[in-house]
Amino acid sequence: MKHIISVLVENKFGSLNRVAAMFSARGFNLESISIGETEDTEISRMTIVTRGEDQIISQVLKQLNRLVDTIKVTDLTRQPHVERELLLMTLKLSKTVQHEIFELITVFKGKVVDIKQKSITIEVIGSPDKINTTIDIFRPYGIKELARSGAVAIHRGE
Amino acid sequence: MHSSGQTLNGSEIFFECLRREHVEYIFGYPGGSLLKVYETLHDVKDIQHILVRHEQGATHMAEGYARATGKPGVVLVTSGPGATNTVTGIANAYMDSSPMVVFTGQVPSTLIGNDAFQEADIVGITRPITKHNFLVKDVRELAITIRKAFYLATTGRPGPVLVDMPKDILNSSCVFDFPETIEIRGFKPTVKCHINQVEKAAQKIAKAKRPLFYIGGGVISAEASEELRTLAIQHNIPVTMTLQGLGAFPGNHPLSMGMLGMHGTYWANQAVNKCDLLIAVGARFDDRVTGKVDTFAPQAYKIHNDIDPTNVDKNIKVDLPIVGDAKNFLAGLLEVMPPATENRELWLAEINAWREQCPLNYDKEGDALRTEFVIEEVSRQTSGHAVVVTDVGQHQMWTSQFYTFIHPRSIITSGGLGTMGYGLPAAIGAAFGINDRPVVLFCGDGGFMMNVQELVTAVYHKIPIKIFLINNSYLGMVRQWQELFHKEKYSFTDLGDSNPDFVKLAEAFGCKALMADSPDTAREAIKDAFAYNDGPILIDFRVVKKDMVFPMVPAGGSISDMLLARLNPKTMV
Repeated sequence: MKHIISVLVENKFGSLNRVAAMFSARGFNLESISIGETEDTEISRMTIVTRGEDQIISQVLKQLNRLVDTIKVTDLTRQPHVERELLLMTLKLSKTVQHEIFELITVFKGKVVDIKQKSITIEVIGSPDKINTTIDIFRPYGIKELARSGAVAIHRGE
Repeated sequence: MHSSGQTLNGSEIFFECLRREHVEYIFGYPGGSLLKVYETLHDVKDIQHILVRHEQGATHMAEGYARATGKPGVVLVTSGPGATNTVTGIANAYMDSSPMVVFTGQVPSTLIGNDAFQEADIVGITRPITKHNFLVKDVRELAITIRKAFYLATTGRPGPVLVDMPKDILNSSCVFDFPETIEIRGFKPTVKCHINQVEKAAQKIAKAKRPLFYIGGGVISAEASEELRTLAIQHNIPVTMTLQGLGAFPGNHPLSMGMLGMHGTYWANQAVNKCDLLIAVGARFDDRVTGKVDTFAPQAYKIHNDIDPTNVDKNIKVDLPIVGDAKNFLAGLLEVMPPATENRELWLAEINAWREQCPLNYDKEGDALRTEFVIEEVSRQTSGHAVVVTDVGQHQMWTSQFYTFIHPRSIITSGGLGTMGYGLPAAIGAAFGINDRPVVLFCGDGGFMMNVQELVTAVYHKIPIKIFLINNSYLGMVRQWQELFHKEKYSFTDLGDSNPDFVKLAEAFGCKALMADSPDTAREAIKDAFAYNDGPILIDFRVVKKDMVFPMVPAGGSISDMLLARLNPKTMV
């Protein structure tokens, strides 16, 4: 099962490496990892998307906690949370499909961030599932390049 | 001694911090990036620096010292190759949870990342094999970093911590300030066990018909042997121990089952197989202990106490996990245990029947010298009171079987990593820490050559270790697997033609040496070894070449797969 884990770590060099290296050394699946400073500049938040059975996930959480630079580990999967990912994608553009593409951008609440004679770059924000669907739908139109941020997530407010 | 508030350079701060951490010995080797430290060291009189001959030796010495005394071992090496040579020793200490602080010199911080002379990213290299590590980027951070390093190495589950110190940091100065207390946000080990869980465990133990203690090194590092002994004896609970747990409970007590697992005793493994309650304390269900996980202690309700939560439910799903310090757990149990309602005489009788059915045994006929005899004789002559260090392989397993460990901190051995070459330097390190008991090393002829250079260190410091070289001219354990599982293809395990003359070799180092090749000469040589205390002594025991260690549960096998003796006697010598 997919799990989304939020980790607060000391904002120090090597913190990301320690987490990523622990995943690879212990053979845990690591689907995406994103990191950025929090409201406290001494602390960074990592959002990790991983997959595994309960016993594996329980090990993942404990191994994350065991790292000295780790301050707090929360498995958000079964808690109320908001999860978002950013997709940037450049598509081939031609007169015949132009209309359809613009319609689909509206459907996915995307934004055009750049447009050239033969290509268009769009951004879409949503859950990783929505991003997957977006990519599937646009694929037939010809994706030239794409970049995904990996998920970020946070608890829903009280 | 300098005081807080004085302006000191990095090297002076380094030694001031070590003094405040009560460091007695540094195991080290100088080099370019540490010149300033060694300049300061020249006038340091209250901390003794032991010059090794290879940095790997320094790490094993520090670990031997740590395991013998319970105090953290300290290593000091230069950058680049000096640092990378410590990797095996650090990994070893990590696997066996030994407290150790390794200080590495580093190229000046301005050159880091430029492929400078003798530069290696040792912090990157050792991240997966240290409990934590640090690169000091400012001299003002040095004191607090050293304080944190010792705190981390010795608190909770012990382990190695590395501090990388660039050359310019050691040269620059600041006002010295040693923090008496420290706070690490992300490091709060659970020492105190949850009382409800302890009470639940007590209820289970009181009602169990066939309980068994499965004791690991955690009981020794938590100094909890006394509590274990009281509990086991009061409630008539048999005790089996892992390799690192040997000595936690006296091996000469009738409740001691000896070691369990791959080369454990027949009766300990049968007891695991048949127990209805398994109480694991400070052990981690290692694959050498469990064999096939599905068939391990199949009838048992499993209680697992460990200070490291990651050890719980890692290899085996347990019924009652209790995170916390082993001493806290066992002392807590003693407080809340109701009187046992079950008569365990039947269970103990059952175990004793297994013991009589398949005792530890070896061929005592003839004049051939066998490792088991040597170890048994040493055990007898020392009445189990020596600190016994081993290397890795057959002799190590025979030591677990034929030396009767009575006290905690009596066996010092590379359990997790299985590092050949560990024994000699670890024995030297142990001897620096211990002076009221003899320090004995059992070492194979293969492993001995892996760190033989440290004989210099032992001779120079007149360390009275007894080096019992178990010389069968083979990499015996690998040979055993080749015979049993690899079609008798003895690929590169015969050292007979290439081994040196060990007596001459030792003498060249200035070490007293003797040879023994029969039970009678061996007995005398062992006596001679214990009578000689002016420095190290080596006995070259020419033992039978092709003996095998039994019983043996093949890797990944179940108790029912246990081999009790050689199936193919034609290969006997």
